[in-house]
Parts: sequence; C-alpha cells; structure tokens
Amino acid sequence: MKLLGFGTEKLSIRRALVLAAPVVLVLVLIPQVFDSYQTQLLTYGLIFGIAALGYNLLLGYTGLLSFGHSAFFGLGAYSAAFMVKYLGVASMEVYILGGLLMTGIVTAVFGYLCVGYTRIFFGILTLALSQVLWTLAYKFFWVTGGTDGIRVPYRTMTLLGGMFDFSGPRSYGRFISVYYYYVLALFFASVAILWMIVHSPFGKALQAIRDNEVRARFLGIGVVRYRWIAFMISGLFTGLAGVLWVPLNGLVTPEILYWQFSGEIVFMTVLGGFRSFTGPIVGAVVLNYLKTYAIASTEYWQAALGIVLIVLVMTLPTGLVGGVSKLVGKFKSQPNVPADAPVKEASGS
Amino acid sequence: MDILIIQFLNSIFYASILFLIAAGLSLIYGVMRIVNLAHGTFYALGAYVTAWAIGKAAGHMNIAVLFLILPVGAVAVAAAGLLIEPTLFRPLYNRPEEYILLLTFGLTFVLEDVMRFLFGGMPLTAGVLMDGLGSFPVMGLKYPIYNLLVTGIGALAALCLWAFVYRTRFGVILRATSQDRRMAEALGIDVRRVYMMAFALGCFVAGLGGAIVVPAQAAVLGMGVDALILAFVVVVIGGLGSLEGALIGALMVSFVRTAGIQFFPEIELAVLYLIAAIVLLVKPTGLFGKA
Repeated sequence: MKLLGFGTEKLSIRRALVLAAPVVLVLVLIPQVFDSYQTQLLTYGLIFGIAALGYNLLLGYTGLLSFGHSAFFGLGAYSAAFMVKYLGVASMEVYILGGLLMTGIVTAVFGYLCVGYTRIFFGILTLALSQVLWTLAYKFFWVTGGTDGIRVPYRTMTLLGGMFDFSGPRSYGRFISVYYYYVLALFFASVAILWMIVHSPFGKALQAIRDNEVRARFLGIGVVRYRWIAFMISGLFTGLAGVLWVPLNGLVTPEILYWQFSGEIVFMTVLGGFRSFTGPIVGAVVLNYLKTYAIASTEYWQAALGIVLIVLVMTLPTGLVGGVSKLVGKFKSQPNVPADAPVKEASGS
Repeated sequence: MDILIIQFLNSIFYASILFLIAAGLSLIYGVMRIVNLAHGTFYALGAYVTAWAIGKAAGHMNIAVLFLILPVGAVAVAAAGLLIEPTLFRPLYNRPEEYILLLTFGLTFVLEDVMRFLFGGMPLTAGVLMDGLGSFPVMGLKYPIYNLLVTGIGALAALCLWAFVYRTRFGVILRATSQDRRMAEALGIDVRRVYMMAFALGCFVAGLGGAIVVPAQAAVLGMGVDALILAFVVVVIGGLGSLEGALIGALMVSFVRTAGIQFFPEIELAVLYLIAAIVLLVKPTGLFGKA
C-alpha cells in the first residue's frame, strides 16, 4: 500500500503497472456488469478524476492552492460548445484539440499573472480571474446563451473521426457504453502522463519548491518558471476534463465557471487526499457518487456534503487514501512516516 | 440630473452594506489570518434572522419597536460566531491555512441549508420598516428615507469600529495580536479569547449588514455567496486586514458598479474583478494593506 503515499519509496514502473492491473481490469469490465446509469455515473467520476488529478499537480506537488480551476474546466467545456454552436464541428477529437488550445492560451496568461504569488494571494488571484470568465459567460448571453447555456447534443457528435456516431433511435445506451471507453482511454493516458511528470526530475523539482522554496532556489531551480509550467499542465488536464464532460452533460452553463465549482475540485482532491498520487482520483469518483446519491435522497444534500467536508478536514487531513494507507500501516505495525506533516514550511506571517 | 443624484445615493447605500461585510472579513483576516469563505453566508443569516423576527412581530407592535428589533440578526450571527470559532476553527490553527479555508467552504454549504431548513425556500422581507419611513422627493423622483438611514448606520458603524480598534484597550490588544501572535501571547494576552472576540465581532458586523439591508431587499438563498465575492473584491482592493481599505474599497466598488449598471451593464462585474486582479498584481497587499 506504500504506492499510495508518494515519495516514501522508489517505485519501478513495472511494479506500478502490476499494482494497477487489477484496477484497470475492473474499470474495463464495469460496463459489462452494470447498467448504463452506473456506467454514466462512473464516466462522470473519471472525468472529474482527470480534473482533480491535474489540479493536484498544483496543490499536492507544487503547494499552490488555486481557487480558480473552474475557469479551465469551463473553458474546455465552452470551447467545445462554441465549436458545436458556431462552427458546426461534430468530431470529438477536434473539440479536444480546440479545447486544449483555448485552455492552453488562457492558462499561460493566467499562470503568468498568478505564479509570482503564493499562499492566500495566489488563491484569491486565481479566484478573481476565474470570476472574470464567469461574468463574461453569464453576461454575454447573445454569445454564450447566458444562464440557459449552450446545448451540446451527443447525437450530432462523432468519435474517432467518424468511426462512431449516435444518430438514430435509442442511441443513448450505445453512446454511454462507447463514450465510457473513450473517456477511460483518455483517463489512463492522463494518469500515465501525470505519473511520469511527477516522478520525473521536473516533478521532483516541483516538490522541492513546495517543501522549501528558498532552498529550491539555492539549488538553481527557476522557481517561478517551474510553477508556471506546472500551472499550465494542471490547467490543461482540467480543461481536457471540461471538454470530455460536455457531451455527457449535454449542456454547458456558466455555473461550471463559478467559484463554487472550483471549490468542488478542491473538495475532491482533499477528499481523496492531496498527499498521494491516486488520492484525487478516488476523491473525484467518491464525491461524484456521494453528491448524486445525496441529491437523490435529501433536499439538504448541500449540508450533507458540507458536513462531510468539515468532518474530513478536522479528522482525516490526509484524505481517504491517506487514511487507508495509515490504517494498513498500523496493521502491519510498521513505523510509518507521519503522513499529515505540514504541506510546506510554516513561515511566520 | 435627478438620475445622477439617485444613483449617487444608491452608491453610498450600497457602499454601507458592502463596507459592513468587508470590514468583518478584513477584521477576521487581520487578526486571525483566516480567509472566511462563509462570511457572505453570515451576512445572509443576519438578513434572514431579522426578516423572520420582524415578520413575526409586525402587526403586534408599532414601528418604533420594530426598529429596535432590527439588530437581532447581528446578535444572532455573533452568537453563531462564538459557537463556531472554538469548536471548528480552534483545532485547526496549527495546520496549514488551506485547511481552515476548506472548512469555511464546507460551512457555507451547511449554513445555506440550515437557513433553507429554518426559514424555507421563499424570500423573506421586512419591507414594513421601509414603508413605515416613507420617502422624500428628489427633483420629481421619490427616494426611500430608509436607504438614507442605512447609509447613516454604515457611517456610524465605520466610526465605531475605528474607535474600537484604535481608541480602546481591547483594540490595542487586537492590533498587538494581529501584528505578532506569539509576542502577544508572551506578554500575557489570552490569544484564544482575542480570537473568539475578533471572530464574533466580524460576524456581528456582517450580520448587521444583513439586518439593515433586509427591509430594502428581500433575504434570498444564495445572497451570501454573491455578497462574499463582492466583499472579496473590496478587501483585495483596499487591502486584507485594513479597515480604511474596506471603507475605500466599498466606496470604489459601489460607484464602479452603479456606473457600470448604468453605462456598461455587460462587463460591469468583469470590470470589478479585473480591478481586483490588477490591484493584486501591482500591490498584492492592497491599497491600504501592510505586508
């Protein structure tokens, strides 16, 4: 289980693959076992997983708490929606390329503005910039449809350059089962890329910056430039998740750009545990289920989620994955590395 | 011309409310280094409690007594603050600041639903007070006297806060704790009590903002979340932790917003966030903040 707590042990890629294999197998088999509703829920979960994983490159690995990642998710989503509405594009691959291009440009600009700051100023700056995008989507209703949003029907969409299309009657079930594998493939690719990034010298440098900025600078690491690159990578993955989310949801509204959605991304990451690589994925999938069932079962689902978050913050600071790792560690009665050590040097303000 | 006068009056009315919210936010940050995402929700709670109390009392009492009920929202929110700070915040002071930020984010969800549970999903008003005062003519248009009263209360509150922070013994303790928590502790100041008081005071002013706005605007779910973001813009412009900054920031935001709604409604909000972002970029501590 040491795999889950990153940085505690050197891991060969082969061993990681061996440990991941059963998970991969289960994920591949799920649509064969469960109905399309469950598959759809899991698809949402995986998409949020990509977003949270990208987000965690900043929070967990670089030590920057962004409160504006809804901007990138929303940018991805709106890029795809604009391509449907104004250009009549049908190909999912074009959505993804366009979405990544858009998000790439904006993350480069936002990142350039934000990475000079840390701590609370970074958080507020990202929040303010993301809110600018929200107001634009909200107010320019003749472009964005305002609160009505833009519809992105799955029926007109094609996957893999026209190999799959979903016109015709009762195509939703088919769409879900095909789209699930599409998302799953991109999810695996994202996990692999991010795993390589965080285990590369670049990733180690980010962690060095997180743990001690001054020392990292002494080692010759270009702190601000590294942060900027991390910001862009993080935003790109969140943007990709936004693109993938649109056809599944069928509609994009400004809500996805609002700061509360940024908070939800943070929530997912912390729920799973931002000190571990896999934490954000677990958090995203779990939160998605939690939210869906809370909404279905009580009018006061917001309170339910809020209480989960509060209890989590107070009792399980390392998240679900961190908690499980700790529990397993106790079972084996090994001297465990304290997982809830401070994220960064406590610097007196 | 009459439009200009009315818009000016609207701006200072709006600035009074915003100042109260932002001053509480700023005070809490200044003393405790907490960015309280639930602060807007406290403001909404104040509005709901006052609207509810006045709704219950209206018809039984005369208007003067109703005005005395007005601050009940502020008192209720301060009481909530006294309850929340020691139970939820205190255990987290030794952890990185992100945890408290997340805690306050969770708190917004919970409080929002608590209000839905207690007061229902329908908007609550206390319009009785506003109608009771009538209006006065502004060159052919009418303007409610109550709005002027709100501006007066805002100004008075600003004065009281300033006097409290800069002219009382507790204010000295507050500022000392804000500057150097450990030193203050070493000098024998009960920092835990100071934190509790500062938080309660911050909650009180936010609740007061809600209490005095509710006769003019109905209390609705979601008003807190919107108010929070504007209060953020105010404290970012003015400087987190600065009372003067909150005042100047509130005036700036209100005037820009009023002008925006009149002249450039599409980008009215975007302009505000951009101003905030530019201030952060040029002077991260805000116009009046100290590093």
